[in-house]
Amino acid sequence: MERKLMKGNEALAEAAIRAGCKCFFGYPITPQTEISAYLAKNFAKAGGLFLQAESEIAAINMVLGAASTGVRVMTSSSSPGISLKSEGISYIAGSDLPAVIINVQRGGPGLGGIQPSQADYWQATKALGHGDFQLLVYAPASVQEMVDMVVTAFDKADQYRMPAMILADGFLGQMMEPIAFPEIKSETVEKPWATTGHGNKRAHNIVNSLYLKPEQLEKNVFERYERYEKIKETETDAEMYLTDDAEITLVAYGATARVVKSAVNMAREQGIKAGLVRPKTLWPFPVKQIKEAAKSAEKFLVVEMSMGQMIDDVKLALNCSKPVEFMGRTGGMIMKPAEVLEEIKKIGGKK
Amino acid sequence: MAVVFERPKSLVDVSTHYCPGCTHGIIHRILCEVIDEMGIEGDTIGVCPVGCSVMAYDYFGCDMIEAPHGRAPAVATGVKRANPDKFVFTYQGDGDLAAIGTAETVHSATRGENIVIIFVNNGTYGMTGGQMAPTTLPGQVTQTTPYGRDPKIQGYPVRVCEMLSTLDGTALAQRVSVDSVPHIREAKKAIRKAFENQKEKKGFSIVEVLSTCPTNWGLSPTEAIERLRNEVMPYYPLGVYKDKEGENND
Repeated sequence: MERKLMKGNEALAEAAIRAGCKCFFGYPITPQTEISAYLAKNFAKAGGLFLQAESEIAAINMVLGAASTGVRVMTSSSSPGISLKSEGISYIAGSDLPAVIINVQRGGPGLGGIQPSQADYWQATKALGHGDFQLLVYAPASVQEMVDMVVTAFDKADQYRMPAMILADGFLGQMMEPIAFPEIKSETVEKPWATTGHGNKRAHNIVNSLYLKPEQLEKNVFERYERYEKIKETETDAEMYLTDDAEITLVAYGATARVVKSAVNMAREQGIKAGLVRPKTLWPFPVKQIKEAAKSAEKFLVVEMSMGQMIDDVKLALNCSKPVEFMGRTGGMIMKPAEVLEEIKKIGGKK
Repeated sequence: MAVVFERPKSLVDVSTHYCPGCTHGIIHRILCEVIDEMGIEGDTIGVCPVGCSVMAYDYFGCDMIEAPHGRAPAVATGVKRANPDKFVFTYQGDGDLAAIGTAETVHSATRGENIVIIFVNNGTYGMTGGQMAPTTLPGQVTQTTPYGRDPKIQGYPVRVCEMLSTLDGTALAQRVSVDSVPHIREAKKAIRKAFENQKEKKGFSIVEVLSTCPTNWGLSPTEAIERLRNEVMPYYPLGVYKDKEGENND
């Protein structure tokens, strides 16, 4: 398998091409612009279409249009741009369209900053637009996972007819690591609902999210939530690191999980039984894995580059059965392993 | 007995939600006549706006997409870029196209997106009960300009065809009306030309159709037509504002 040294954003863009993405619509924003730049340079050669839109709002609606015709389509942005896309994302979810959306998170609120952040967790998992809906949310923690997860995101978006998001951060987008592109066997999903022109061979297809009769809208939402239940059973994923005998279990995702893993190793060297649950899917959230870790852990410590957002889901998963502490930096600040270790000691994992 | 007049094949045989006297029905019909005459229903994808024609997906027989408010040109761009050999049109009102969707309109035009926009201008937000639109005339009373639109407070109306005619990507910008049989014929010709432009990959074509809203204008259908002629058409003169066919260099 070929190995390459690549920047996270560029590796993700290349993986999207290899996953059969046909169209990309985007708008420049730091720290994700390399995705657009890479595709502008390489996509047409591979038979794809790159188009720079006039706004994030236009870009996500171009995604809606292309997705309606059944092609694999992607857009990418960073936090303030994702806020602008939220209207279109709600329509895409409400129209049961597959699409892949990348959020290379930066600090907020407002214009915030351009350094890495994880402050869009709530937005991604709870409220990415109005109405009852979810996105599949994947959280890579390495450049390799930027590659692997974008391929999965395309497959699962098609399979479940819903938008999927890669929730990365400026760290993962900007850093370089050696990666291998897997041989991609993207599943081809039939899309009889696509609006590609009926060719006088079938009734007209309508892609729509409007249901004025409440009973119809409720039925429609119920159907979507039945799909979500299946997804919770089959698509939840987390890395369990030294959790079997851990007395204090940390929970962290994305770039933060790398820092936390180092701290767990340092703690183990000092005889503290620490472990890490690293959610790889943020929605669906790995509830079972958290419960599994709670069999041995007395305490939990959630570490995030935010003021504490994922901690809510950890608490819900534990249903208040174990104490859950929080450690976070925000605004683009990143915790050091030694600081996390200090927190582990302070909370007091048993020796 | 010979059939001399019938429903266009691409116009679905259902009852509509449009108000009595509304001219959307005429515009739907001539658009579908063009689709039928060109034999392109099976290769056409339409995009609906938010507004009175939000449910036009039930009336047009081709494949249809319902776009967010103002975003139809962006949705149409996505459809067309992914399917360059299909015919793509949007059907939008004035609030949708010239207020909330101005950026999408201007930029799809300046990119020369090879799509057709049918722009229905009745000077009001009909679906929400008759508020001021970007095209509401000075002095016109609406729910949100109860003392008449005062340009000092609410600014001036937008003349869309004139504005878009300045852009290099615009192939056709034409304003028509459906107040009389000759004008309806002219409107249909303009729509036909817009679709022919798309077939020949000429770029962005917009046909602005001056329309009535008897319900929200508070007039009878015939009074509404009179107002269209006497007040609206002088402010929005009919005509071809841009036609690339007439240019030497295109």
